Amino acid sequence: MSEKHDVSGVPTTGHVWDDDLGDFTNQPPKWWILGLTASALFVVVYWIYYPSIPFASTGGFFKGVGGWTAIKEMEADKGEVDAIRGKFEAKLKDMTPAAILADKELTEYVTRSGKVLFGDNCAACHGQNGIGTHDKQGLFAPILNDDDWLYGGKIDDIYASIAGGRQGMMLAHHPNERELIELEHLEKLGQAGAEAHNIARGLTPHQIDAVAKYVLALSEGKGDSPEVAAGKRVFMSSDCTACHGQDGKGIQAMGSANLTDKIWRFDGSIEGIKRTISYGVNSGDPQARVAVMPSFKAAGKLSDAEIKKLAVYVYKFGGGQADAPAAAK
Amino acid sequence: MASGERPDKVVKPVGSERVNKEVENKEAGNVTEIYREFETWQINMGDKTIHAKRMPGVFRTVKNYTQSLWLLFFLVPYLRWNGKQAVLFDITNRQFHFFNLTILPQDIWMLSLLLLLLAMGLFAVTSVASRVWCGYFCFQSSWTDWYTWIEDKIEGPPHARRKLEAAPWSLEKIRKKIIKHFIWMVIALLTGISFSIWFVDAFDYWSMLVHFQLPLVGWVVLIMFFLGTYILAGMLREQTCMWLCPYARIQGVMTDSQTILPAYDFNRGEPRGKLHHKAEGSAAQGDCIDCFQCVQVCPTGVDIREGLQLGCITCGLCLDACDSIMDKVGKPRGLIRYASLDELEGKPAKKIYQHPRTLAYLGIILLAFGGIVYGLTHLGSMTLKVIPERQPLFVSLSDGSIQNKYEFKVLNKTDRDFFVTVTAEGGVKDQVIIGAEKPLLTHHGRGTSFTIFVKASGDNIKNEVTPIEFRVQSVEDPLIAAEYKTKFNGPKP
Ligand code: SF4
Ligand code: SF4
Repeated sequence: MSEKHDVSGVPTTGHVWDDDLGDFTNQPPKWWILGLTASALFVVVYWIYYPSIPFASTGGFFKGVGGWTAIKEMEADKGEVDAIRGKFEAKLKDMTPAAILADKELTEYVTRSGKVLFGDNCAACHGQNGIGTHDKQGLFAPILNDDDWLYGGKIDDIYASIAGGRQGMMLAHHPNERELIELEHLEKLGQAGAEAHNIARGLTPHQIDAVAKYVLALSEGKGDSPEVAAGKRVFMSSDCTACHGQDGKGIQAMGSANLTDKIWRFDGSIEGIKRTISYGVNSGDPQARVAVMPSFKAAGKLSDAEIKKLAVYVYKFGGGQADAPAAAK
Repeated sequence: MASGERPDKVVKPVGSERVNKEVENKEAGNVTEIYREFETWQINMGDKTIHAKRMPGVFRTVKNYTQSLWLLFFLVPYLRWNGKQAVLFDITNRQFHFFNLTILPQDIWMLSLLLLLLAMGLFAVTSVASRVWCGYFCFQSSWTDWYTWIEDKIEGPPHARRKLEAAPWSLEKIRKKIIKHFIWMVIALLTGISFSIWFVDAFDYWSMLVHFQLPLVGWVVLIMFFLGTYILAGMLREQTCMWLCPYARIQGVMTDSQTILPAYDFNRGEPRGKLHHKAEGSAAQGDCIDCFQCVQVCPTGVDIREGLQLGCITCGLCLDACDSIMDKVGKPRGLIRYASLDELEGKPAKKIYQHPRTLAYLGIILLAFGGIVYGLTHLGSMTLKVIPERQPLFVSLSDGSIQNKYEFKVLNKTDRDFFVTVTAEGGVKDQVIIGAEKPLLTHHGRGTSFTIFVKASGDNIKNEVTPIEFRVQSVEDPLIAAEYKTKFNGPKP
């Protein structure tokens, strides 16, 4: 079988092509053989150690003696992340939101890590980064990165809002049918008479129109102009002031909107304002505006630490208002 | 020159001439005959250890000096500067310290220019004077040279070493071998340590080492360098250059017939012959006395008389050897000398500036060098990057003003923390910067980020996008400052 190549003296396989082409039977180098053997051994060890062979009959697979699973590996990696976060989280737990805010490093941590928490719980209504979301009624949930707060923009107020949730409330002011007849009758008697009787009874369309114009002028800083004097009279003499205050600036404890600023909770056009006045907010009227924020503390939706983090995160959007004592420090 | 006497002489190595004649004698067209040439090829395949003779000479001295530059590799890490290691590639903290300079990853582009510079420098030198790097500087040749020097000191000159190799194991042989390998290992270990301390503080490293507290990666690097040095310089030696080093392989495309390299002047040397024959036919005989000194001193086992070849690292040691012989036999020096092929063949040698490739290399070198100089002089002590918030682009506030949010990333490249103030150029009339009422602290050696708001009255906003340039400036040293151009966004006016 084997012959020797006539020049090199290396054994050949004995096959000859084209008269003189032979095939050397040189051994591969030793390191190569060793490498090949080692790879083969590696494959065997790998198959035994890691999950490998599927069993067609049972749908299962050989689990491997090492007990490795992707889930375990992920848990281990998560452990690493938690270890880094752990020292911040441990500190956070027993601090008040205001104290967290006073700590630069913790605030930095919260603003960096709060995105996921906010995205999972808040962004559906308030939008990513708190830019608000819109639906057919206009703004669906308030913008969180401006400086206008219905329930207060101090850190503790924000915390309270997230923990307890918020329900907007504004009565519908359009009269029902019986009232309408009565009101129109009274209106015929004269403006003053109607105004005297409208408390808790709603407003006539004419009055709603006037007061909407007044409110719009108020936000533009023209509340005292003579064109809206009629609307102002309605505002002052009806139940508007009970919630929005004499000056229309709103009462934080009630969550009533500040009507003198340039930010509208709902549609700020004259039509939109009229609709809000007519049907109210969460008033039970089918056409009422809806403004409901659930409590995130209830039923353990979020832990206290998470709510604190969110409060700081939201505060840091840019609209947070400093506490008087904290600022003094 | 003897060339006039022998116009038929060609560059071809002596061996191939013989082969050609044999081929001619055989039937033409027999392919196998081509391989006969293969038998005469002199290639050092590493089957026999090269025991090169050490001879004094000009190039030996030059090589000793150039190689001793590697002392810097061993010693520089111990240099201190302002109480810190002067040169330190601090990988864990991602900083590179060079005396007063601290280079952060942001400036690492200069490293690519440096690499370009070095590569082009290598190419340029190679195209002018062949493998200068290999012969005089390369760590492989240097370490091998030291290793064989130690071998020479312990086991004696080459013939003694060959004898020792062949001798049966004796106490004496074992003693010599153990001493030699021990010293080799110490050098290998020192090499590994010296490499590591360019990346970790030298004194910390030693203390971790003697307490066996190196991190795993530290051990791995040390062991790799220990084994690498020991095996490459102690065992593989010239085989590394021949079969492992890519530079040896590509030198062929970097040299040409104008490159000067250690070359044997075949016109003058051939036909070679033993000295005592000369009396009879000195006219017919070349200057080479076939003493094989050039082959014996060659650390890579090359016979330079066969022409330029893969194994030659252009160390010049054969020049020293041949010159000493020429002195002895009373012939002019330079039978083997640095010469270009053109010169040996009697063609006019071109000047360096007539060598377009070298000029191209030089051009690239100058560009890279310029870039590095620019980079180093424009390092600055601080950089600023401002990222405007995109979601939302702006926020309308209750008083009708518009607010933009910016993420500031300030990189303080000095070696201490300092406070900075934030100001803005351009932007909207009467804008207010919120968030930097008090100077802000920047940490040295790493990025610090702040959130800055800019608020402007809606009535003053004339465009949807207004350019604005922020400037941060150190409170203590106003020269430390950085600017960044960005935009202020507002609603459609
Ligand atoms: S041939 Fe000469 S120059 Fe080349 S490696 Fe050998 S001794 Fe050095
Ligand atoms: S040392 Fe010079 S003379 Fe001696 S064999 Fe080499 S080339 Fe010839």
